[in-house]
This record gives sequence, structure tokens and C-alpha cells, in this order.
Amino acid sequence: MRKLLALILLSGAFATAQEITVAAAADMSAALPELAAAYTKKTGQTVKLSFGSSGNLTNQIRNGAPFDVFFSADEEYPQQLIAEGLASKDTLYRYAVGRLVLWVPNDSPLDLSKLGMKALLDPSVKKIAIGNPATAPYGRAAAAALRHFGIYDQVSSRLVLGENISQAAQFVESGNAQAGLIALSHALAPAMKDKGRYWTVPLDAYPTLNQAAVVLSLSNQSDAARRFLDFLRTPEATSLLASYGFTVAAEDHSKGAGWK
Amino acid sequence: MNWEAFWLTVRLAAIVSTLLIAIGIPIAYWLTYSRWRWKFLVEATVALPIVLPPTVLGFYVLVALGSRSPLGRWWESLTGHTLAFTFEGLVIGSLLYSLPFAVQPFAASFGAVDSRLLRASASLGHSPAQTFRRIVLPLSKAGLVTGFALSFAHTLGEFGVVLMVGGNIPGVTRTISIDIYDQVETANYSSANQTALVLLIMSFVLLSVVYGLNRYGLNRRPWVVGPWR
Repeated sequence: MRKLLALILLSGAFATAQEITVAAAADMSAALPELAAAYTKKTGQTVKLSFGSSGNLTNQIRNGAPFDVFFSADEEYPQQLIAEGLASKDTLYRYAVGRLVLWVPNDSPLDLSKLGMKALLDPSVKKIAIGNPATAPYGRAAAAALRHFGIYDQVSSRLVLGENISQAAQFVESGNAQAGLIALSHALAPAMKDKGRYWTVPLDAYPTLNQAAVVLSLSNQSDAARRFLDFLRTPEATSLLASYGFTVAAEDHSKGAGWK
Repeated sequence: MNWEAFWLTVRLAAIVSTLLIAIGIPIAYWLTYSRWRWKFLVEATVALPIVLPPTVLGFYVLVALGSRSPLGRWWESLTGHTLAFTFEGLVIGSLLYSLPFAVQPFAASFGAVDSRLLRASASLGHSPAQTFRRIVLPLSKAGLVTGFALSFAHTLGEFGVVLMVGGNIPGVTRTISIDIYDQVETANYSSANQTALVLLIMSFVLLSVVYGLNRYGLNRRPWVVGPWR
């Protein structure tokens, strides 16, 4: 029995020595597993993934969570961690600009290309899913965009807050909310792609969502972690990221109103 | 301290534990006196929420009772909205979630009533309903209070189901445990601390009342039951 226990503990120790653990904002929940799989295939390095809202993860990192790399949906959080000495500044890498989209299911009667954000004023929209602005950068972007279009006060009683942007996407994907302000990466993900249509919120409607990755100071495998971030810069990784709408600002997804 | 969330949670717990008195007593009665051979299946079903992860309940309320399911559509045509993100949704989720915490103490106290008393009551001409009302219920006071208090306390601390189906709407579905979660996640520790302390004290007081009553109160005084004990 004791031998078995020792074996289990040892195998655990070996496993952690070989893999890196990545904490990632929920908007990466579809793209990152593919990236990690591609990386593992190429290098043999296994990557463990943990998703949450950027705010929650930042708080966990502050309390000593054993992560090696942090992908944030907002550059603000990594900057705070750097200032607190919890992340290494020279590794900070802005890999994309996050895009907010207004998403409705296929059976929705709303004409997003014509109405844009004003579609939310339609009486058929009883609940609007957004991320929780307190912890989710996309939630803050959604609130800012609603204010930008001057409809925040009119819709605020109909907002439901997802704990992170994935939950907000799930709320609207499951039909419990009739519309959602979610990440473009979710709208493009296989799980949602064919289930609805979206309108890309213009970039000037909310503060830029710089997607940034950083190696954490508590990591005891910072070299392996750095190599994973280097992989993000390769054409293979950037094209994969681009297929989820993660590009460095240049491409304008609002062209053609984002109709699928 | 978020008083809005506090009173919302107290209201939710009060409604749920009161409804569970009404729903739980007939279920507990049946579980105590039924001789059906498949009764154990019903017992297992009632006890399920004790071991079932709240996420499973949350998932069912969200998807099986969502607007894509026939049941969800029926509810929507009845009320004009889906169950998720509403106070009613939380009530229904909590009823399922706290059911065993009411039914099991009820059933245990019904079962503990001396069967000779029941036979004596019947021989004096009482119907089963009269016997239940006049003999079983008064002798089960401690169990009824225990069930009420436990389901109240359990609903007070509910988190997983609310996180999944609540949508975190202030004044509607932002309960005290969700509020603590939000405070912690935004590193607002002093506020989280206050709220957590209030919840801790309340839960402790409730459980002390339950255990105190079972030890000293209501039915434990031997002279209530008389020479049969």
C-alpha cells in the first residue's frame, strides 16, 4: 500500500516536471487547446490548460496558483502582475486584439446587419448575456460598448452576467439568453459557428482588448514556458490564432457586417 | 456587506424551506409507511441531491429546462420567460437541491414514533389521517424543526446551482455566496471577510439551534411520551 502511494506521488512529480501549466482567459477556450496540441505534437512538451476570467486568474496567481504562463484578455492584468513582481516583464507578448461581437442564435428574428447594437432594444430580447465586468475584460468591453451606443440604461435590467466570457457564450448558445456580447473567438469556434450569426462591434466602441501572454515569476520552468510563448510567434501559431479571430488589429472583421 | 444580497438570500431560503415543509411532509409520510417493494428507488432519488454535484442540477435547469427543451418551452409559454436568470429558477433549483435535507429528518422522526401509539390511536377509532395529525406530527416536532432549519441553512449556502443558472443579477439572483465569490475574485478581501463571517455565524447559530433542540427541546423530554419510552 505504501509502495503504491509512493509510486502515485512519484508519477505525479515526474508529470509536473515535464509539463507546463497555462492559465488562460476564457476567450482562448477553443483556440488554445488546438495550439497546445500542435505544440505538443511538434516538441513533445505537454501543456496543461486552465481557463477562467482574466480577473479570477489574476487573483489566483496573486494567491500562489502554480501556473507557468498566463494568457490574459486584457493587458492591464499582466501589467499589474509585472508591477507586483509576479510576472517577468521581458516575456510580455501581445499576441492579438480581442474582438467583441453581438451574437444571436439562428432562430432569432433580429436583423443584425441592419440594426447593429440597436437590435438589443427589440422586445424579443429578454436577456442579454455579457461577461461579469468585475472580472471579465469582455464584460467591461460590453458595458463600454453599450454606453457608446447610448443604450446601456435601456438594457441594463436585462443583462445577465457570465462568470467569464465562456459562460456568457453558453448562456446565449443554450437559448437561455436571446442575445449575447461575447468574444469573436467563441463565435468562430466549432461549438457555436453553425448555431448563430454575429455582428462585430466596431473597435472604437470600447477600450482595446489587448490579448497578452506572460511568463509568471513563480514558475519553476520558465525556460519551457518561454519556448511555448516563442511558438506563438511562428506562422503556424499565428494562422491558427487568426482562424479564431485573434489577429493583431490590422484585419477588420466588421467588413461585410460579419455575417456568416 | 451587501445587504441586498443578504436579504435576497434569506428570502430565498425562507421560501424554499417553507415550501419544503409542504412538499416534504407527504413525501416523508409515504417513505415512512409505504410497503411498496421498489420504495428504495424513491428513497435513492430523494437522497440524490446530497451526493449529486450542484453543477449537474445547474446543467439540467439550464439545458433540460432551457428554451430548447419542451419542458422549458411550456414554462416559457406559461410565464413569458425561461427559468434561468430568475428568482423562480433559483427557488426551483433550491427545492431540488435541499429536498433531502427536509425529507430525511421528517421521515426519521415519523419512523421513530412508537408503533404501539399508532395502533392504540387506531383502536380508539382514529383514521390514519387523524392519527398522523394528532399523534405523529406532534411527536415529530423536533424532526420538523430540524428539517426546516437544515434546508434553510443548506439553501443559504447554495453556490454551484446559483453560479450556473443565476446570471449574477443584483437584487434578483446575486445571492450572498455569489457576492462573496465576486468579492474574493476581485481581491476585495475585507468585504468578503465581513460577509463570510455573517454567513458563518448564521450557519453556526442555525445548527446549534437544531442540535440544541434535539438534545434538550421538544420531544426529548421523557414525560411527553410517557410510560412507553
